[in-house]
Amino acid sequence: MRVQIEPRATTPLSLRAMVVLVTAFAALVLIAIPVALAGASPFEAYGLMLKGSVGSLFAVSETLTRAAPLILTGLAAAVAFRARLWNIGAEGQLYAGAIGAVLVGSGLVHLPPPLMIAAVMLAGFAAGALLMLVPALLKQRFGADEVVVTLLLNFVVILLVQMLVEGPLKDPLALGWPQSVPLIEAADLPKLLPRMRVHLGLLVGLAAALILWVVLKKTALGFEIRATGENRAAARFAGIPVDMTMLKVALISGGLAGLAGVGEVAGVKGYLSADLSPGFGYAGIVVAMLAGLSPIGTVFAAIFVAAVFVGADSMSRATGISNYLADLIVALSLLLVLISGFFLRFRLRFRAAAGNTPGRRA
Amino acid sequence: MPAGPDDDVVLALEGITKRFGALVANDHLDLVLRRGEILALLGENGAGKTTLMNILFGHYLPEAGTVRIADAGGVLSPLPHGSPGAALRAGIGMVHQHFTLAENLSGIDNIVLGTEPMLLPYRQRSAARLRLAQIIAESGLDVDLDVRVAALTVGERQRVEILKALYRNVRVLILDEPTAVLTPQEANGLFEILRRLAAAGLAVIFISHKLGEVLAVSHRIAVLRVGRKAGELVTAEADRRTIAELMVGKAVPAVHRSAPVVGHPVLEFERVTLRQRSARQSLQGASFAVRSGEIVGLAGVSGNGQQALAALTCGLALPDSGEIRLFGERLRRADPRGLVATGVARIPEDRNSDGVVGTMSVAENIAIEDVRGAAYNRFGLLDGRAMAARAREAITGYDIRCPGPDAETRLLSGGNMQKLILARVLEREPRVIIANQPTRGLDVGAQADVHRRIIDARDRGAAVLLISEDLDELFALADRLLVIHAGDITDAGPTGELDRGTVGMLMAGHPHAANEAATA
Repeated sequence: MRVQIEPRATTPLSLRAMVVLVTAFAALVLIAIPVALAGASPFEAYGLMLKGSVGSLFAVSETLTRAAPLILTGLAAAVAFRARLWNIGAEGQLYAGAIGAVLVGSGLVHLPPPLMIAAVMLAGFAAGALLMLVPALLKQRFGADEVVVTLLLNFVVILLVQMLVEGPLKDPLALGWPQSVPLIEAADLPKLLPRMRVHLGLLVGLAAALILWVVLKKTALGFEIRATGENRAAARFAGIPVDMTMLKVALISGGLAGLAGVGEVAGVKGYLSADLSPGFGYAGIVVAMLAGLSPIGTVFAAIFVAAVFVGADSMSRATGISNYLADLIVALSLLLVLISGFFLRFRLRFRAAAGNTPGRRA
Repeated sequence: MPAGPDDDVVLALEGITKRFGALVANDHLDLVLRRGEILALLGENGAGKTTLMNILFGHYLPEAGTVRIADAGGVLSPLPHGSPGAALRAGIGMVHQHFTLAENLSGIDNIVLGTEPMLLPYRQRSAARLRLAQIIAESGLDVDLDVRVAALTVGERQRVEILKALYRNVRVLILDEPTAVLTPQEANGLFEILRRLAAAGLAVIFISHKLGEVLAVSHRIAVLRVGRKAGELVTAEADRRTIAELMVGKAVPAVHRSAPVVGHPVLEFERVTLRQRSARQSLQGASFAVRSGEIVGLAGVSGNGQQALAALTCGLALPDSGEIRLFGERLRRADPRGLVATGVARIPEDRNSDGVVGTMSVAENIAIEDVRGAAYNRFGLLDGRAMAARAREAITGYDIRCPGPDAETRLLSGGNMQKLILARVLEREPRVIIANQPTRGLDVGAQADVHRRIIDARDRGAAVLLISEDLDELFALADRLLVIHAGDITDAGPTGELDRGTVGMLMAGHPHAANEAATA
C-alpha cells in the first residue's frame, strides 16, 4: 500500500461539517483516556463539566466573564497573524492596558460614568498599542524577530506591574497586599446581569469582533492587511504600503489586547495586581488558531475555551481530578483542529504497492 | 545516423502512462532513441516532457509501460521502474536545468565525486585527469577543471555537468532546457559539442520549448502535447509552422506589426546607478530613453542588472545616483501607486511571487493596484459589486479562463494569471508599459496573445520597455534594442539593422567584437 497526498481544489460544505463532527468526537474519546486513568468515569466528568460551564445562569455568567478577555486577546492574535505579524505578546499588552486603565481611572480625571469608561478604555487601548509598536518598529528598522521581542516584553511588563503595585501605585489601604489603588466608581464597567460577574467587557469584545470582521472583509485597510499577510512581495509590487500596514496591524493588535486588560481591571477586579491574568494572552493565541483566524469564529472559540476552563474547575472540585485537565482539553482540541485542517486541504489516496502495475498482472 | 536500422536502438519507451490525480501527465507515450542521434523532445509547459524524463530516470513510477535500454552489446533489456541507481548504471545521464554542482569544489572534484571508492586511502587524480583530457579533446568541452565551480560562468558550469555525465560512460544523455541560461554564442557552442558527441555514437535527448534551437540542433523531433505524442518528424523535413501547430494543437496566429510612430521621450534614465548584492547585478550609470509609440527591448543574460532596472522602473527602488525622469518629471519617491496613477503599467517578472496574491480572488487581484481608489470605495467600505463587475469585464475582455470573479487566483494556469495581470495594468490605457519577461513559461498561443496586446498598446502611443531573455521575442516585438551586461547598458540600435550575432556579442560583454561583426 502506498498513500498519496493530493491537494484539494475545493472543500465542499458537507466535508467541512463532517470534519468538525469527527474532530469533536475524537476529542471527547481522546480526553476520556486521561480522565479514566485519573480514576473517574469520563461520562460523569463530562456531565459535571457541562453543568459547571453552562448548567446554570451563574455558570453561564462565569463562562462569559472568562470569555470576555479571551475574545479580545484572540482577536489581537487573529488580526496580527492574518498579516503574518507574530504577536506572542498579548499577555504583556493586556497588562499594559491594565496599567493604562489604572493610571487614568484611579483619580487622575473625574468624569461622568459613560465618559469615564470611554477614557479608561481609550487609555488601555493606547497603552497596549504603544507596547506593540516597539517590536513592530524594531522588526522594520533592524529586522528583529517579533516573536522573541513580544515574548520577552511579556516578562518586562509583568515585572513592571510588580514594581508598580509594590511602589508608586501601591494601595495604602490594602493591608500590605501587592495591589494597586482601586479605580474610581465611575470607571467600573457595569454588570450585564444583577448579582452576576459578567460585565460590559463582553459586549466590547463582541463589538470588536464585529468591527474587525467588517474591516478585514469590507474595507481597503482590511484588503491591504490580507494582501500583506498572504503575499508580501506582490502587495508591495502592487503599491500597498506594507510597512505602514504592518504598523497599523501592530497598533490594532496591541490595542485589542490592552482592552482585555481594561476589562479585567475595570470589570472584574477593580484594581491592578500581578496575578490579573491567568495567561489570557497566551490562551488568545490558541483561541485564534482554533477559530482559523476568523474574527467571528474567535468569539465562539473564546466561549468554548472559557467553558472548558470554568467547567474543568467545577468538575475538579467535585471529583478531585486536577483542573489541569482543562489545559489538556484545549491543547488536544487545537491539535485536532490543526490535523483536521490538513484533511480539509488535502485528499489521501491509497494505492497498490510499487511494482504491481496493472500491466504486469498477466 | 538518424534513420539507422533497429539494432541501433539504445532506448525504447513503450506505452508509458503516468497520472497525477485526474491529470494524465503521460498518456501511452512511445519513444525510441538510436545510437548517434539527437532527439529533441519539444512541448509547452505541462506537456509531460519532464514527467517522462523523471520516469526514465526512476524518480516517478509509471502506472503502465516499459522502459528498455541497450547494454554495452546492444541488447535491449527492461529497466526496473523507480530506481535512479539502475538508470545510472544502465548509462543514462542527465543535465538538469538547475545544475547539481558543489560550488565550493573544483570542476574535477565535482566530476569524480561519487565515482571513487569510499575506503581508498589515496585518490587517483592522475588517472581521472588523463581520461578527462581525452574526453575534452574528443568533445571540445573545454573548461579549466582546477578552478572552483563558484568562479565559473554559467556556460562553463554546464560543460562541467556534461563532462560529469560523459565521465560516467553514459550512452544516453538527457539535457533539460540547456540553453535557458546561455547567450546565443554559448548555445551555438553547445550545439557544436552535441553534434560531435552524437557523431561519436552518443544518443542525446534535448528537451526544449524553443523552436529555433530544436531546428538547429536535432536530427529528429518528438512533439508532446498534454501528455500525448502529437507528432514525430525528421528535422530536415520539418518547418517552424508545422511544429508550432503540433505543439499548440491549432494554427498559431502570426503577430503583425506596423512601423512605429515615435513621439517624445517619456521614460528617461540619466547616469543611473543602483547598487545590488553583487557588482554584476548592479546598475552602473545607465542612460537611455524610451519614447512614446516604440517598443524598446532590453536583451541580456539573466542576472546582469535587469532586476535593478525593473525595481527602478516599477517604483520599488530609487537610484543611488543619477536621475530617472517620467514625462519629464524627476522621480523622487519609490511609489508604485504614484506610478500607476500617472499611467505606468507594470508586468512583473515573476507573476506568482510579485504579480498576484494567490489566495485572494480574481476580482481582488484585478483591483489590487487601485484598492484605495474612488472606483472601488463607497462610504469607507470596499464596493464588492464594482470589483466583481470590473472582474467580469476583464474575464471576457482578456479571455481569462476561471470559474468566476470569486475564484482563488492560485488555481489559475500561468497563462491565465498573466492575462489577469494584463487586464489589470492595460485596462487604463497606460502611457508607459514596463513588461518584464511577459511571456516566460507561457504556451505559444498565450504568448501570441500577450504580444498582440503589447503591440496594440504601442500603436495607441504607449512607450514600452520590454525586458526579456528570449531573443526570439525581442526580435519579434522590439523596435529598438538595448543590451545589458554586468550592469552596463549599450544602445544596439533599431532591431531591423541588427543580427543575433551582434546582440549575442554585446550580451557577452564584447562591444568591439560586436562592432566588427556588424561591419563584417
